[in-house]
Amino acid sequence: MATATPSPKVNHIGLPVVEYRGGKSTLCAGCGHNAISERIIDAMYEMGVQPERLIKMSGIGCSSKSPAYFMSRSHSFNSVHGRMPSVTTGALLANHTVQALGVSGDGDTASIGMGQFVHLLRRNLPMIYIIENNGVYGLTKGQFSATADIGSKMKTGVINDLPAIDTCALAIQLGATFVGRSFSGDKKQLLAMLKAAIAHNGTVMLDVISPCVTFNDHEGSTKSYKFLQEHDEAVNEIGFVPSFEDIEVDYDSGQVLDVKMHDGSSLRLRKLLEDYDPTDKAGAVRTLMEAQDKGEILTGVFYIDTKKPSFIDLLGLVDEPLATLPESLTRPPKSALSELMTSLQ
Amino acid sequence: MATGDLALGQEQGAIGARQRVTNDFSIIVATVNGSGSQSANSVLLKSIFGMGVPVSGKNLFPSNIAGLPTWYTIRASKNGYVARKRDSEVLVALNPETAREDMLALPAGGVAIYETGLNLKQFRDDVVCYPVPFDKLTASVCPEAKLRKLVKNMVYVGVAAQLLEIDLELVEKSVKRQFAKKQKVFDLNFGAVKAGFDYAASTFTKEDPFHLEHMHSTAGKIIIDGNSACGMGAVFAGVTVVAWYPITPSTSLIEATTDLLKKYRVTPEGKATFAVVQAEDELAAIGMVLGAGWAGARSMTSTSGPGISLMAEFTGLGYYAEIPGVIFDVQRTGPATGMPTRTQQADLLSVAFLSHGDTKNPVLLPGNVKECFEFAYAAFDLAERLQTPVFVLSDLDLGMNNWMSEPFEYPEKKLDRGKVLTAEDLNRLGSFARYRDVDGDGVPWRTLPGTRHPKAAYFTRGSGHNDAAGYTEKPGEYQAVMDRLTRKFENARKLAPAPVTVRDRTSKIGFLAFGSTDFALRESLDEIKSEYGASVDYMRIRAYPFAHEIHDFVASHERVYVVEQNRDAQLAGLLKLDLPGEQAVKLRSILHYNGLPVDARTITEEFATKEGL
Repeated sequence: MATATPSPKVNHIGLPVVEYRGGKSTLCAGCGHNAISERIIDAMYEMGVQPERLIKMSGIGCSSKSPAYFMSRSHSFNSVHGRMPSVTTGALLANHTVQALGVSGDGDTASIGMGQFVHLLRRNLPMIYIIENNGVYGLTKGQFSATADIGSKMKTGVINDLPAIDTCALAIQLGATFVGRSFSGDKKQLLAMLKAAIAHNGTVMLDVISPCVTFNDHEGSTKSYKFLQEHDEAVNEIGFVPSFEDIEVDYDSGQVLDVKMHDGSSLRLRKLLEDYDPTDKAGAVRTLMEAQDKGEILTGVFYIDTKKPSFIDLLGLVDEPLATLPESLTRPPKSALSELMTSLQ
Repeated sequence: MATGDLALGQEQGAIGARQRVTNDFSIIVATVNGSGSQSANSVLLKSIFGMGVPVSGKNLFPSNIAGLPTWYTIRASKNGYVARKRDSEVLVALNPETAREDMLALPAGGVAIYETGLNLKQFRDDVVCYPVPFDKLTASVCPEAKLRKLVKNMVYVGVAAQLLEIDLELVEKSVKRQFAKKQKVFDLNFGAVKAGFDYAASTFTKEDPFHLEHMHSTAGKIIIDGNSACGMGAVFAGVTVVAWYPITPSTSLIEATTDLLKKYRVTPEGKATFAVVQAEDELAAIGMVLGAGWAGARSMTSTSGPGISLMAEFTGLGYYAEIPGVIFDVQRTGPATGMPTRTQQADLLSVAFLSHGDTKNPVLLPGNVKECFEFAYAAFDLAERLQTPVFVLSDLDLGMNNWMSEPFEYPEKKLDRGKVLTAEDLNRLGSFARYRDVDGDGVPWRTLPGTRHPKAAYFTRGSGHNDAAGYTEKPGEYQAVMDRLTRKFENARKLAPAPVTVRDRTSKIGFLAFGSTDFALRESLDEIKSEYGASVDYMRIRAYPFAHEIHDFVASHERVYVVEQNRDAQLAGLLKLDLPGEQAVKLRSILHYNGLPVDARTITEEFATKEGL
C-alpha cells in the first residue's frame, strides 16, 4: 500500500495509485465485488491507463454500484437494469477514443439483460464486460439468478432445479473475441486477465465468480468461497507483458501460446489443461459444456481472437470523436439544401 | 380562368348536375398491395403538380407485403386544400376483389375507370363508366409476362391523363424522373402510358364533368413526405449517431436520414462523420441514443407507438440524469399493435409523460412537412440546451404521404450545443457540480467523457442524487433536484416553437389543434364561414410545454374547441392540467379516431352540431 512518503510510487504515465481509487464501498464486508474493484484499480494503474480516457458503465444491482468504488477520475454511467450494453454502444459511437469498462452482475446480464448482452457479443463492441457473478440477487435479498448451478442450495434450503446459463460458452459462440473466467479470490489470475483485457480491441467478456457473503456463501452453494477454492481449475496460466516493458523470451513453446495484443502487449497462455487451445472456438465451447456437466468450474482465458474487427472498426468512422466534430463537418452546406430542394420541385 | 371560376361557389353536391368541375376533385386508385402501383400514382400526382394545380396524395395501404387491397387518393384542389376529402369522385378500379365496393362508394355523378371484364356498370347507373381492356393493352406493349403486373398501372395513368386532360408531355417528364436514367424502363413504362392514352382518345367521348387545367399555384414548390423532411432536418442539425429499430410508419424516416448521411457526410477520405446502427429492439435504440447523448453526440432514434412504450424506462433516465436525445414518434393507430398502416394522434399524453415517476418531456408538434424539417433541427438544439430527451411527434399521414410545400430554408443560426465545460473551463473554474443551477435557468453544466481534466468526471445515475451528482436519499437534496427540473421545464415553454395564430380576435369561439389536423381544420374554417357565415378563431399548438400565448388564447375566448385525432381528447386533457380551473372549463372537443386522416367535412359537421348551427 502507498504510504505518505514525499514522492509516492508512480506508474509509467506518472500517476500514483491513489489517482485510480474510488469512493468508499457500501457493499458488504468480504463481498467478492470489492476484491474485483481492487484488481481493476491495480490493472488500470499498472497498465498506465489515463483515468480520463476510461468510461465506467453499469446496469443495476450490487455489481453495478461498484464503479463508484474505483477510479473517481473517470466518467461513470450507472444506467438501467440490463441495458448497459446499449448505453455503452452509444457512448462509444459518440467517442471511440475512450476505453469502456462495464461492470454487470449475473441478474443484470443473464436474465433481464440477456437481449442486449447477446447483441453486444455479436457486435464485438470494443469494451471490457465484467460479470460479477454470485448466482444470486443480493439487493432483493437472495433469489437465485440464471447463473446459479442446478442442484445448488439457496440459504433458505430451496434447491435450484434449472440449469445455469454459461455466459462464457455463450460469449464464445456469439462473437466475443476475448473470453475468460476467474474468481474474485484469485488475485494473480484476475489481475493478469484484466491487464490483457485492457490491451484488447474487441469485446472482452470476463465472468468473475464473486461470492456473496450474505446470501450465497453457505454449504450447498456452488458460488461460495469454499466451493471455489475446492473446485476452481484453470485451463491455462496467464502471463502478461505490457507493451511498455521489455519482453523476455523464456518459455517452452510447446506449452505456451504467445498472443500479440492490439496495443503491442504480449499475452502468454501456458497450458494447464491437456490439449486446450484458446483459439479453437468449438473446442472451447465443448470443454466448457463438458466441465459444466461434471460440475467443474474452469477458469482462465478460454478464447482469444485478436484479428476480428470490432464493431467500431466496421463503421469506418473519422478518427476524431463524432461528439465533438465541428459544425463545418456535421452540417452540410447551403448548396446541399438547394440541390435537394431543386430535386423535389 | 373563366372555366375554373364556374366551379366556385358550387359545392360538392353539384356533381350530380354535371356542371363543369375544374381542379377540384379527388381520384381514388384501388389496387393490390405489392403490384407496384406506387410509381404510377406518383407519376400521376407529379403530372398534376406540373400543371401548377395544388395536389396531395395519400396512400391507404394494408399492413401486408403483397396481396391485400390498397388505395391511393390524389386530390387536386385549386384552393390549395390538401387534407383528405371524404369522398373521391374519380375511381380507378384495378382490384377485382374490392371493385364492387369501390364502385358503390362513389358519389352520384362520379367516374369509374375499370377493367372491361369487371362490368361495373351493372352496379350504378348514376356513374360515368369508362371500361378499359387493361390486360390486353398491357400485353400489347409489354411482351414480358412477368412485368405486366407493374406496367398495367402505367396504362391507367395514360387513360386518366387523357380523360382528365393532363398534358402528355408532363406525364412523360414525370415518368422520366421516376425512372431516372434507365432508358429501357422508361420506354416500357411510357409506352404503357401512351397505350392507355391512345385507347381513351380513340374510344371515349368525355361524358364526365371533371377537368384539370393549368394554374400557377405550384411554381417553386416542392413535394416531399414528412418522414423525408424530418430526416433532412436531422442531417442539417448535424446528427452524428442514429440508432433505430424498424417499425411502420417510422422506418422511412431513418432510411431518408441514412441516404442523406451517406450522400453528404462522408469525408473526401471516405470516412463517415456519422454512425447508423440498427439496434436489436427499441430498448437498445434509445439506450444507444442516451449513451451517445451522454458522451456528447447529437443522437436520435425514430419509432412509433409500440416502440415508444418500450422506450419508457430509458426516457425517465434521460429526464432525471439529464441527457439529451431526439426521439421521432411517427404515430400510428393504437392501442397495442392497433392498425400499423393507419394514422392517429394518440401518443401525445404517452410521450409527454413517458416513464414512471414525475417525468415530463418536451414534445415538438410539426403541422406540415416544412415544420418536420425545421422542428427536426430545432429538437437537437433544444435537447442539448435543456439536456433532456425531446420528442418530435409526427404521424403516418404527415410522415408517409406526399405534401406540397414551400422549399425549406437553410438554418442560418449556429448549432446550439448547450452548456458543456471543456478542460480549459475547468482549469479556470477549478471544479464543477454536475447538477447545480449556477445560471438560474434550471439548466446545469455538464462535461463530456474523455475531457482531459482530473475534475471533469462525475457519476451519472438514475438513482437519487444531489447537485454534485452524489448518491442521496436525503429528502431535501432529492427534492431540490426535482424542483430545479421543474424550473428547467418551465423554461422550455419559451424555448420550444411558439404557437401559430391562424386567426384571432374575430370571434368569441376558438379552435385549438396540433399536427396534421391543421390541413383539414383550415379547410373547415372556410367551410364554416361560407356555409354558416361564422368566423372562428384558430391557434395551432406547436409544442409542449405550452407557451403562455396558448393560455391567453383560451382566456380571450368563451368557448374553445380542441380538434384532435384520438378518442380520449389527449390535447384537451393536457391543456386542462396546465390551465387554471376557470379556463379549463371552456374547452370542448371534436375528435376523430377511425384511422383515416381527419377531413374538413367531419370537423364542420361536428362543429355545427355542437354549436346548434
